[in-house]
Amino acid sequence: MGIKDRLIEDVGLREGVKRLTEDKIEQVVQTVLKGETGARLAAYSEICMRCGLCSEACHFYLSHDGDPSYSPVGKVQQTMAVLLKKKGRVSPDFIYGMAQIAYTECNLCRRCVHFCPVGIDTGYIMSTVRRICHKLGVTPQYIQDTAHSHSATFNQMWVKEDEWTDSLQWQEDEAREEFPGLRIPLDKEGADIYYSVIAPEPKFRTQLIYQAAAIMNAAGADWTMPSEPGWDNSDMCMFTGDFEMMGRLKRKHFESAQKLKVKRIVMGECGHAFRSVYDMGNRWVAWKMYPVPVIHSIEFFWELMKQGKIKLAKKYPGPVTVHDPCNVVRGRGHHEKLRELVRFLVDGPIIETASNREHNICCTAGGGVINCGPPFKNVRLDGSKAKAEELRATGVKTIVAPCHNCHGGLEDTVHRYKLDMHIKFLGDIIYECMEKPS
Amino acid sequence: MLHPASSWDWQPGERVVLDSTGCPAPHEWQEEPYVAPDGETFGAAVRLEDGLFTMCVNGVPWEASFDKLWHPRFGPDGRLIAIVQQDGEWTLAVNGEVWPETYAFMWTPLFSLDGAVIATAIQQDGRYGLCVDGTPWDTLYENANEFSLSRDGQASAAVVQTQSLAAADIAAFQRGVFSVAVNGQVWDKTFVNAWTPTFDAAGQRVAAQVRLSLYDYSIAVDGELWKQNYACVWEPRFNPASGAVVAPVRIAGSWGLAQDGQIIWEPVFAQCWQQDFSRDGKTIGAIVATGYGKFTVAVNAKPWSATFPVVTDLVLSADGKRAAALANEYNANWRVVVDGQAWNGLFDMAWKPVFSPDGLHVAAKVEKRNRQTVLLDGKPYKRDFEQVWEPSFSPDGAKVLIRARDGGKYLRIVAQATDF
Repeated sequence: MGIKDRLIEDVGLREGVKRLTEDKIEQVVQTVLKGETGARLAAYSEICMRCGLCSEACHFYLSHDGDPSYSPVGKVQQTMAVLLKKKGRVSPDFIYGMAQIAYTECNLCRRCVHFCPVGIDTGYIMSTVRRICHKLGVTPQYIQDTAHSHSATFNQMWVKEDEWTDSLQWQEDEAREEFPGLRIPLDKEGADIYYSVIAPEPKFRTQLIYQAAAIMNAAGADWTMPSEPGWDNSDMCMFTGDFEMMGRLKRKHFESAQKLKVKRIVMGECGHAFRSVYDMGNRWVAWKMYPVPVIHSIEFFWELMKQGKIKLAKKYPGPVTVHDPCNVVRGRGHHEKLRELVRFLVDGPIIETASNREHNICCTAGGGVINCGPPFKNVRLDGSKAKAEELRATGVKTIVAPCHNCHGGLEDTVHRYKLDMHIKFLGDIIYECMEKPS
Repeated sequence: MLHPASSWDWQPGERVVLDSTGCPAPHEWQEEPYVAPDGETFGAAVRLEDGLFTMCVNGVPWEASFDKLWHPRFGPDGRLIAIVQQDGEWTLAVNGEVWPETYAFMWTPLFSLDGAVIATAIQQDGRYGLCVDGTPWDTLYENANEFSLSRDGQASAAVVQTQSLAAADIAAFQRGVFSVAVNGQVWDKTFVNAWTPTFDAAGQRVAAQVRLSLYDYSIAVDGELWKQNYACVWEPRFNPASGAVVAPVRIAGSWGLAQDGQIIWEPVFAQCWQQDFSRDGKTIGAIVATGYGKFTVAVNAKPWSATFPVVTDLVLSADGKRAAALANEYNANWRVVVDGQAWNGLFDMAWKPVFSPDGLHVAAKVEKRNRQTVLLDGKPYKRDFEQVWEPSFSPDGAKVLIRARDGGKYLRIVAQATDF
């Protein structure tokens, strides 16, 4: 089976390819390959032995009974390898399938890097395919809409500027009922911590802002949140391949923190944004590393625990299992800190999934796949079968998943595969178990 | 200007303005302090015991109190503003007096150079725009952001959304529904995106970054496009003398500067932004990266030899003969760099350098181990403080105003070169 046998209608892909000619495709592919890639892509294409060891790494392959067209090397062979072989002269129909593979059948989770004997980063190759698709104007509708939102509002969910600040003030009011004197300090220059979130939090997960404020308050943190754009650390443009906009977003984010003269940025429980701030977005701007240190919530909460600043009234009833978000575990190595923190918070053992830590199987939502929206939901959930089986085998009721996309994806997976499990953010558990005013 | 620096007290010496920075009125808590440019006034938001908020100014609360209060700031003329809410409606309090107009939401106050005019972003009935001294634009929009006010305050601008978008209507978005409105009147042209509208020195013209498709960027001036498109652009700025528009542009993966659509700095940099001009417009400085991770300052296209991982806060002297900026190693080991040479000392944080009006001296606020002070030409003031605000020079450049908080007191210090 190949991509031609499983094409899905999407208005963004369909309208995009209607505008293409082979000449146009060739010109764009050549421009990207010559102007934006170099030794890395050339080396990968030369040294891949087609051994297929990457196959067992990919949840899409595992979830489709070993269909080689879903293997990492299989996906490269259906996309970049063809572009290289044909020097970019391919048909619009080919581009449709290529885009569907790159945007919806690869989460850029990079598990396959660990399985490849020569360390080929298929995530990079798929990102480059997406970059070409972006330049060709062939991107799935829903993720493209989030990229548009980023460009118009500097957040991914069309949150208007008043809605943002109003949400913070609303959550501050609510939290102050429970924690007298609590503040969400806006634009506090010189604060130790700039707390950044992603747009789903003010849009429909405002309880996470409430919980973060409660935790910051209890920990006595010197923190602030910005009232102006730059507050959203997320980056769907990185996933669509709009790297110019990715750079613009990261510039806005970091200049917002620099303007407030903070010591560091603490980011909420998001995975992909971490990839953007320390790897992709910062580098497009020409910063080697983030210009303001960015601490993921896993590390921040772990730090609070080590410093004795999280005081628990009770422990969360276990056992639980832990889901390792790709970008902060494979990308940052936070898996042991995550487990130390969970052991501190939970009364009961961690029952590991068969694949865990840096070898964890992806939630199948990341890399922008869930953001491709309803047309591809079934593709995504078909691809999460392997994850579902590992989760079911733990026999536990609670999944701890410190990432927004993982949450969204795992909720769908739990529902589809009738796992009878619920998913918790770390902040959910800390808030539930922390000491509160009587 | 209502209260220019020439009218401030420049008598050398240290004066305790407040023996106690705590608000004497009963209150539940006091928030971050702000001080007036002349150093005479110290204000902080307080939550009173009745649950309402007000500003406590030199120990005296405003008569009025509010359900909510945020963003207290002093304007250039020394007036203290705060965005306040009463009975669910938002307005601006200026020295404790509220504007008669109220809105569903208000944010981003902007001051004219002299502080006489204040504009704020507003939302009313789901429509967005600016109000100037309380008066809203005649036309409000589906959305507005990237707000700007001219130096004299007589003109205001924002990026506006000119028509509604259905959910996930990517085709309509790419046809272009954004533009720039000046004093509420939208340009004829629409764009895929527009950012950073900026006025010329006279407040007569506006330039903005625009995106014409997902891939083509350019600069629009009063709604007219440059003839050239680029892979990316950053914020345009008007030359204060000639009125020419200068913007960073990206060509073939590298950045340079273009003026009115013509390259004036070859695109040889890995980054280029925050360009600034001398008063006569003959000198242009910008933050650039000469290579990946190698940031510095270029003056008239010539980069300093020293490079740093991060450079921020570029400022040119008025005569353009000197330039200063901050450098750091990913937010640590901050340095003040003047004319390409880093001053002695590494700091935990530093603030934008300030040139004396004659360009002979540079001062900067710095922080180390939670203590702050002011440097003058690289030398620290003779003591440090819990907090200082950014320094100002006397009009003759001979004295430095230090506004400081320490030991529960608020101090106003007029320092001379020998004090450093």
